[in-house]
Amino acid sequence: MSTTTSTNATPAAGPFSLQRGLQALREEMDAPVASFFSSCVHCGLCATACPFHVETGDPKYTPIYKLEPMRLLWEQEYTLWGKLKGKIGLGKQVTDEMLEEWEPLLYDSCSMCGRCSMVCPVGNDIAYMIRKAREGMVASGHAPEGLIAASVRAVNTGSPMGLQWKTLEVQIKHAETASGLTVPLDQQGADYLVLLSSMEIINFPEYLEAITKIFDHAGVSWTLSKDCFEATNAGIQIGNKDIAAKLTQRVVDAAVKLGVKNVISPECGHAYTAIRWEGPNNIGRAYPFKVFHIIEVLDQLRADGRIKTEGKEMERLSMHDPCNLARKSGVIQQQRNLMDLVADNFVELKEHGKYQWCCGAGGGVSSNERAEPLKMAAFKRKKAQIEEVEPERMVTMCATCRTQLEEGLEEFNMDIPVIGLTEMIAEHLKESD
Amino acid sequence: MITSMDFLLWAKGPMFQIAIAVFAVGILIRLVEIFALGRRHNYAEARGSELLPGMQTVVRRFQADPGTLKHAPFDVVVGTIWHIGFIVALLLFIPHVELIKSTFGIGWPALPNPVVDGITAITLLGLLAALVHRLTHPVKKFLSTTEDYLIWGVTFLVVLTGYLAYHRLINPYPLALGIHILTAEVFLIVLPFTKLTHIFTAFVARWYNGANFGRKGVQS
Repeated sequence: MSTTTSTNATPAAGPFSLQRGLQALREEMDAPVASFFSSCVHCGLCATACPFHVETGDPKYTPIYKLEPMRLLWEQEYTLWGKLKGKIGLGKQVTDEMLEEWEPLLYDSCSMCGRCSMVCPVGNDIAYMIRKAREGMVASGHAPEGLIAASVRAVNTGSPMGLQWKTLEVQIKHAETASGLTVPLDQQGADYLVLLSSMEIINFPEYLEAITKIFDHAGVSWTLSKDCFEATNAGIQIGNKDIAAKLTQRVVDAAVKLGVKNVISPECGHAYTAIRWEGPNNIGRAYPFKVFHIIEVLDQLRADGRIKTEGKEMERLSMHDPCNLARKSGVIQQQRNLMDLVADNFVELKEHGKYQWCCGAGGGVSSNERAEPLKMAAFKRKKAQIEEVEPERMVTMCATCRTQLEEGLEEFNMDIPVIGLTEMIAEHLKESD
Repeated sequence: MITSMDFLLWAKGPMFQIAIAVFAVGILIRLVEIFALGRRHNYAEARGSELLPGMQTVVRRFQADPGTLKHAPFDVVVGTIWHIGFIVALLLFIPHVELIKSTFGIGWPALPNPVVDGITAITLLGLLAALVHRLTHPVKKFLSTTEDYLIWGVTFLVVLTGYLAYHRLINPYPLALGIHILTAEVFLIVLPFTKLTHIFTAFVARWYNGANFGRKGVQS
């Protein structure tokens, strides 16, 4: 209580304070949030949809409980009943201690996968509110170290991993040598601006080689931008609108400078939702270009007959839908069309598409070292799903999911390699005459 | 001396007026509080529409998705049974239909008394099962607040007193009926200030959920 009083007394003491946190939360209150909090009956069914709860069994990981500070503020300040309770001194206050206690609940044990939003009987879009609640956490100074560091690096260097253009240049050279093609840089008026994610550049440079081959094969006019290659947005993961707007603006500036008509998000689910759905709202205006995930572009090329493949994978393959791409963005059929093109023995995980289970690493969990044990615990749900269908290989289309699947499968001594779908398509391109 | 008939007349008369007024004004305030907050303009190019997917989600969430049915069959089955039972007893019992007809001027066919009687008994058992579940299930127990138990009590009492009055288990009858009407009035009065608002706001919440997802091309 004394801490609360002292914080109240010095609201402008620093960039982060309880007062700023509460103010940030107030700015996030809207009609959907009010309708969601009004409707919760504490049935707890959201817990059955959350891999963090299902695999730990800990009730505190029940999705709606993660929003308790925000709910409390809503009740106190946005309902007549709450205001009355506050007047007679009955209302519980949101304190700095409370926010501190909720930090691991809002960051370490939630990948914002949105599965809880799909099952809530009263219709609460819980993931929508978690994203909003994080704004309050950042403003009050309760965001995890790992995410703060990633955000600072993203703002200062352009990459959440601190990756420099010269590192990407090495990968570009490598892709050019391996493919015998040229990777176009700063091509004015190209049809597509290709963005990458730092994790992809470091862990899966074969992606760049794959799109270089595919786009050459299909005759697509594309380019990379030296000004901006990073598609991810650390500001959205941590929950800070200002950082999010700054990072989005860099992409917009690069796209406008080159005069491209389309921007392609890499094999990264987060990057896609960030730039496709949140970006325009970060900067407060519509884009002068369209945004696609690489899988959407490849499927369109397939539909237009511009991708000719030969041979099929004969191994038993299964697929992991990234939450951000499938459930949260509606890209579900496209990856299946592409699988049909190159896979002869494809088996679906039982719950897939919009009902798929998260790998456990999204929403900033993988950038938050403290969350490592929870991240591996949540993976056990994915592991169980994979064990049910016993594939020889897993296919996915998100670098974070792929890294998590690789690490998790290795942790549990399961010898199942993981491959990116774009790469697999590139391996089956018909040689041109 | 106040007779049971005096009590019944008070419950049916002035108290009923008060309850209806608190309920109507309360729920109106709640809805205004929600809608007045509005939504920010969304600048992202939509993949799908909001209106229809929102309405579909309103309907779809009456039925559990396959995963939830598998992971929480007790919740789905018991929850569905007592909700339907409560609504049937409320809207299809002959005296209730008569009351609605005399109050609002609209009526519909009711179910035979023995049918409603059976459904009411099942509803009471369902509510008891739901309470036991709330007291024992780790997640439900953890989430539950005093309000959750109070609201369970308010809901259970309405159904129980109705059942007791119908079977003449409280005497004299005017007292039994008066108690039942009073519990219904308590239900109406607390409704706008507790989680009972979900009776109305769940439709709003579901619509927003369906609209959020629908915009992105997913039917939630």
